Amino acid sequence: MNRAEIIETTKRFLSEEFEVDPNTIEPENNLQETLDLSSLDYVDLVIVIEENLGFKPSAEDFKSVATFEDFYQMVEVKMAE
Amino acid sequence: MEHRVVITGIGIYSSIGESIPEVLTSLKEGKSGIIYDELRKEFGYRSCLTGFVKDPDLKPFLSRRERIGMHQPAMFAYMSTKEAVEMAGLDADFFENNETGIIFGNDSTAGAVVETIDKARQRKDTTLIGSGDIFQNMNCTVNMNLSTIYKLKGINLTMSAACASGSHSIGMGYLLIKQGLQERVICGGAQEINIYAMGSFDGLGTFSIRHDAPHKASRPFDRDRDGLVPSGGSATIIIESLESALKRNAKIYGEIVGYGFSSNGDHISNPNFDGQYRSLTMSMKQAGLTPNDIDYINAHATSTPVGDTTEAQVIAGVLGSKIPVSSTKSMTGHECWMAGASEVVYSLLMMQNDFIAPNINFENPDEDSSKINIVPEFREAKIDCFLSNSFGFGGTNSSLIIKKFKL
Repeated sequence: MNRAEIIETTKRFLSEEFEVDPNTIEPENNLQETLDLSSLDYVDLVIVIEENLGFKPSAEDFKSVATFEDFYQMVEVKMAE
Repeated sequence: MEHRVVITGIGIYSSIGESIPEVLTSLKEGKSGIIYDELRKEFGYRSCLTGFVKDPDLKPFLSRRERIGMHQPAMFAYMSTKEAVEMAGLDADFFENNETGIIFGNDSTAGAVVETIDKARQRKDTTLIGSGDIFQNMNCTVNMNLSTIYKLKGINLTMSAACASGSHSIGMGYLLIKQGLQERVICGGAQEINIYAMGSFDGLGTFSIRHDAPHKASRPFDRDRDGLVPSGGSATIIIESLESALKRNAKIYGEIVGYGFSSNGDHISNPNFDGQYRSLTMSMKQAGLTPNDIDYINAHATSTPVGDTTEAQVIAGVLGSKIPVSSTKSMTGHECWMAGASEVVYSLLMMQNDFIAPNINFENPDEDSSKINIVPEFREAKIDCFLSNSFGFGGTNSSLIIKKFKL
């Protein structure tokens, strides 16, 4: 999956799961604020990633994620493993 | 100082209507909410009859986070509570600044638990179950969800008392307000209707198998009944101190004047004359009323021979044979954890609109039901005071007496 495909796929499932306008998901935007994630919502974020991308990120993996750009990089790294 | 306790809002989401106006029409028309459910046949139910309530779409009203911890009990309860809160002229902003409690009746979350366990078994990883399931699985699911949504800051307590849960929720709220410990409490009862909720109950063989005539299946007090029909939904009653209601200029729909309760201390499923007798007499004594003061009795009668018979004997013994009696379960089926609350809503609608809803399907009395005044058809009647009975497994009994409000 290349970067464009990652962006397209994650935009679809994140906007559906967290019920946000897909247009608000932009690389420079903050992931937690845009998706309005509480600590509980990270449980569901892990699940939708596992269901749609086939890997289960750990809490450690999210430490470097602030923006969607960071998120895409994390996904690329994990999918390459 | 004791406080008078009044009702300022009601809401209903049931098999005979999803709002107060719909339910009022059904009560007048004697409409049955019972259907034949194919899913129950596939699942192995002995009886495939049930009251039907559809899952409401809450997306227009609640955020994802607010909805994710809800399964049927909380979803149904949100609908009835939304209606009651609006009727009472209240909202979350008011609740945030004016202490309000919630005591809601609920005694199962079977559908939610089964779905969660299925996910856990399939994924073999509890971190993949999801963040909402725990709040759906716990028996206090209605309280957790509604107290969060409405920002409630008073008593927050789930009433689990089998088929008397809804009635006890109102009774306990009444006592707290009467004693001055709360100004306002949201009371009610919720009942799930999915196939997982009633399978074990069906297995006892106490449900009607009149599959060829679902609308005729629930027939409390009738000689030819063959069992109860399960049902569900939710009912909400907002109660508050008279001082609070007057201060808010709220419309008052009735006043709670008596709450009686007892435990049979006997068999786990069979009713018991003595236990019901003590509950009824306690409510009458507390209200300071005589049988002549009661204009209508909403019976618990579920359409089982042993339950109906015992209640008919108790009503005849305590209140005599003249007071009009009907069991609205003839239309709704047995709404179980919700029934004590919904039947107060149904009776309040009768009191407000001057009629008695029929005990449909009552065609032939038996020896005991012939000794009380069962109303088989719609009847115009002025009701100033009614009594509502609820009895549950484990021998838990509750009787509420509600009067038309007079300052």
